[in-house]
Amino acid sequence: MREKILNYIEHNSRIDMADLAMLLGSDEVTIMNELEAMEAEHIICGYHTLINWDKTGVDKVSALIEVRVTPQRGMGFDKVAERIYNYPEVNAVYLISGSYDFMVSLEGRTLREVADFVSSKLSPLDSVLSTQTNFVLKKYKDHGTIMAEQHVDEREKVSP
Amino acid sequence: MRNPLNQTISAIKPSGIRKFFDIVAEMPDAISLGVGEPDFDTPWKVRDEAIYSLERGRTFYTSNSGLKELRIEIAEYLRRHYDLDYDPIHEMVMTVGGSEGIDMAFRAMLDPGDEVLIPQPCYVSYDPCTILAGGVPVPIPLKEENDFRLKPEELEAAITDKTKILVMPFPNNPTGAVMEREDLAPIVDIVIKHDLFVLTDEIYSELSYTGEPHVSIASFPGMKERTIYINGFSKSHAMTGWRLGYACGPKEIIAQMVKIHQFAIMCAPTTSQYAAVTAIRDCDEDVAHMREEYNDRRRYLLERLKKMNIKCFEPYGAFYIFPSIAEFGMSSEEFCTRLLREKEVAVVPGTAFGDSGEGNVRISYAYSLQNLKRAMDRIEEFVTELRQENK
Ligand SMILES: Cc1ncc(COP(=O)(O)O)c(C=O)c1O
Repeated sequence: MREKILNYIEHNSRIDMADLAMLLGSDEVTIMNELEAMEAEHIICGYHTLINWDKTGVDKVSALIEVRVTPQRGMGFDKVAERIYNYPEVNAVYLISGSYDFMVSLEGRTLREVADFVSSKLSPLDSVLSTQTNFVLKKYKDHGTIMAEQHVDEREKVSP
Repeated sequence: MRNPLNQTISAIKPSGIRKFFDIVAEMPDAISLGVGEPDFDTPWKVRDEAIYSLERGRTFYTSNSGLKELRIEIAEYLRRHYDLDYDPIHEMVMTVGGSEGIDMAFRAMLDPGDEVLIPQPCYVSYDPCTILAGGVPVPIPLKEENDFRLKPEELEAAITDKTKILVMPFPNNPTGAVMEREDLAPIVDIVIKHDLFVLTDEIYSELSYTGEPHVSIASFPGMKERTIYINGFSKSHAMTGWRLGYACGPKEIIAQMVKIHQFAIMCAPTTSQYAAVTAIRDCDEDVAHMREEYNDRRRYLLERLKKMNIKCFEPYGAFYIFPSIAEFGMSSEEFCTRLLREKEVAVVPGTAFGDSGEGNVRISYAYSLQNLKRAMDRIEEFVTELRQENK
């Protein structure tokens, strides 16, 4: 039940609770209770909206930054990650296996702003050894959703 | 000038659905719940495989019966899923959709005057294909009170000494009805007793929501030798446009079907066959995902109809529900035409699938929830207004 609820709301967090109940053969109260329980347990951590900023007049630049660090004595990577993720400009921080340690996703209004953040905030951190900044040129797909195309139903309207 | 036309084909009525299609075509903004094909895209890995096969230049005819590699995979699949045991070399032919298999089976088996029992409502092609093969279609009207399952007494009553083939169209289009093991057992006894053949159209077999795996009539003892089994990729793998299906059966019948196929078609589309190897080998999970989503939508529609107080038996297969509109005192066609004109929602009159579909309409749930919801809201308005009128 939980998994099915999560699958639906992961792709459409605005789904009507009465509809969801009908889809799952349940009732609204049960669904609401499950949702509240999952919020309390921090299984559901938030409800966000997927926006294609390119289509708005708003300037946004995002970058994926590969960061190599030396973990601090006795604290491992978590403490370093915390120093990074507490900046509001930082969208996401992942600990990565492979040739670098963190993948940091950043958002800013301009290239300049992002570059400044890296050079003035991120790189100077004690434990950061090196950074490599990759600017995102175009977002094709995000959160399982293809950004570019509107899906149109091209089937014949009636068929046997 | 002489009459250029063959009398048999001229006498066959165009499909009832065609007429309705023409009305809908004039209304571009109508919300349709009228299609008989999946709304999902073919899984990407299947499409990717097709592109790859084209890049590799695999653009030739295959053997008449179809790619051997594919037939071997299908034989495996049929064993794994339905406990069926077919020899991929002599007992199987790849066809242009399930449609071609149905047509060829009749042409390979019927002599003039042979009767074909066709439980109705059902898919539209059995009747005309029987006639084109020189046979005589004999409808068996199924009843809503039996959840549109075929009952042994109904079958027994329809058999004459001319009866040769029984068509078994389950899971059913348009009713969504299924036949479970205990429904099939008495049918099998009668078929064997009267020495009949069965054409079983199991194109919707992967879309069954009983909680139990689908049971094929061909898997009953004594049935394989008297059954032509039709299946394909259109519904299960969301591959309608690829035009690919298959027929399995006793090798004497398949051999004659391959002859027809060889002269009329040559071979099923090569690109589709290469892609289908991936579909049959690697897509069980994709199919399960689609089935689960259809099942959710099925529950949604049943619940919406229940809230509207519209009578509807619970269908356990395909992607259709078949509610009764008898309470409104009009024909299915009238109901659908008014619903379309007044609320711009297209559903298909039950009568498009045989006279016994009178009193019901087919609603397809091969649509997004958003679409289903909008359409059901309008249907709700419509029936509320009708009930006001009839007061
Ligand atoms: C019951 C049934 N059989 C066969 C077919 C034919 O499908 P295809 O020729 O695409 O395999 C359909 C299509 O709507 C169907 O509903």
